[in-house]
Amino acid sequence: MNKFLSCTEAVEMIPDGASIMIGGFMGVGSPHRMIAEMVRQGRKDLTIIANDTGTPGFGIGQLVAAKRIRKLIASHIGLNPETQRQVIAGEMDAELCPQGTLAERIRAGGFGLGGVLTPTGLGTVVAEGKQVIDIDGKKFLLEKPLTADFALIAAHRSDYRGNLEYSLTARNFNVVMATACRTVIAEPEHIVPTGVIPPDAVATPFICVHHIVGRAVINGR
Amino acid sequence: MDDKVLIARRVACELKDGNLVNLGIGLPTMVPRYLPPGIEVYFQSENGIIGMAAVPGAGMEEPSLTDAGGGFVGAIPGAASIDSCLSFGLIRGGHLDLTILGGLEVDEQGCLANWMVPGKMLPGMGGAMDLVTGAKRVIVAMSHTAKGKPKILRRCTLPLTSVRRVNLIVTEMAVIEPTEKGLLLREIAPGLSIESVVAATEATLIVSSHVPEMAFGPDAMLTEPQRQS
Repeated sequence: MNKFLSCTEAVEMIPDGASIMIGGFMGVGSPHRMIAEMVRQGRKDLTIIANDTGTPGFGIGQLVAAKRIRKLIASHIGLNPETQRQVIAGEMDAELCPQGTLAERIRAGGFGLGGVLTPTGLGTVVAEGKQVIDIDGKKFLLEKPLTADFALIAAHRSDYRGNLEYSLTARNFNVVMATACRTVIAEPEHIVPTGVIPPDAVATPFICVHHIVGRAVINGR
Repeated sequence: MDDKVLIARRVACELKDGNLVNLGIGLPTMVPRYLPPGIEVYFQSENGIIGMAAVPGAGMEEPSLTDAGGGFVGAIPGAASIDSCLSFGLIRGGHLDLTILGGLEVDEQGCLANWMVPGKMLPGMGGAMDLVTGAKRVIVAMSHTAKGKPKILRRCTLPLTSVRRVNLIVTEMAVIEPTEKGLLLREIAPGLSIESVVAATEATLIVSSHVPEMAFGPDAMLTEPQRQS
């Protein structure tokens, strides 16, 4: 099965108002070509689930600058003052979630769990409206799963099937997000013949990846 | 000595050989420059690396190797890259020996607030809530006051990062240990009086009959800043 398509075709699958998980951490390991293409195609009213919103104009910051995000679920927007401005001004709805809790909520969504129990956030505003559960005398907060229509993830290499390998700190949320969405689109830096990535090095198995964005420019052509 | 350098140098003395340490954004990232000689520690960065180091030289930056602030870093031989679930599993699961974080406020109960100022500043908690909840030791490294106003208060006015009591507060004026009984003044900065520290602190400090001057360890003050290796 050929999963390859162009960046334009990939983004054309995403409707306005879609919920989208976007991999990356401060733009490192983010699918930059698909983000730019969403801006170019005028995609709007998006619900974005991501660790952060990059910096102004970089990474998810491009969607922020173009005011395409209606709702944001993220852990840190401190390095993007424009996101903070839009949230404080009421132009964007934001749910801030502790980073480890965000990762586990996505994992719960992808792994068929009804939620996760975490001590993080107990006694803080994060716990407001959430159930506290006692397990053998210790208190935990019940955090519910997250899923989305699309996961847009970046990888170092993909083989022809869509097995993905990551590089250093560009791994981050990509691995877990690839399990939690109805349609997963990978944007690899390099495409290699199947078998080049050894089984032990595959961090996201091909069955999680539905589409692969091909290279934009190949050897100058 | 510059205030931030003083804080970083004092905090560096708290690092023990073999520790796995996470550093918050800002001042805490200065701490590795002042590690006492002979101490080997491992730096974890929550974006997904154990064994973070400085970029070894100009031109050796790698776009896929950064710290949690997005700044370029290097890695020690034997470093490991991990995904966000494992990174926070280690943090929350008590595998991290120490986290060093900045602070906006700390109160008499030793609770930290460092992630938002309602209506004004909304950086988000990032990894701070998990770090303060799960690390074996939490050190707050911050300025003692902000625009002349105390940051060490009876009760935090800002939303808390965690209800866990932090282990140590290091400022340019003092080293303070939150305890069950309250905030214990452990050390004061060179040249300061106890009265001046008390005056700059809203919370009640427990002051013993002898409060020693801030200790920097035998060699730390003498060595040139060293890059992480």
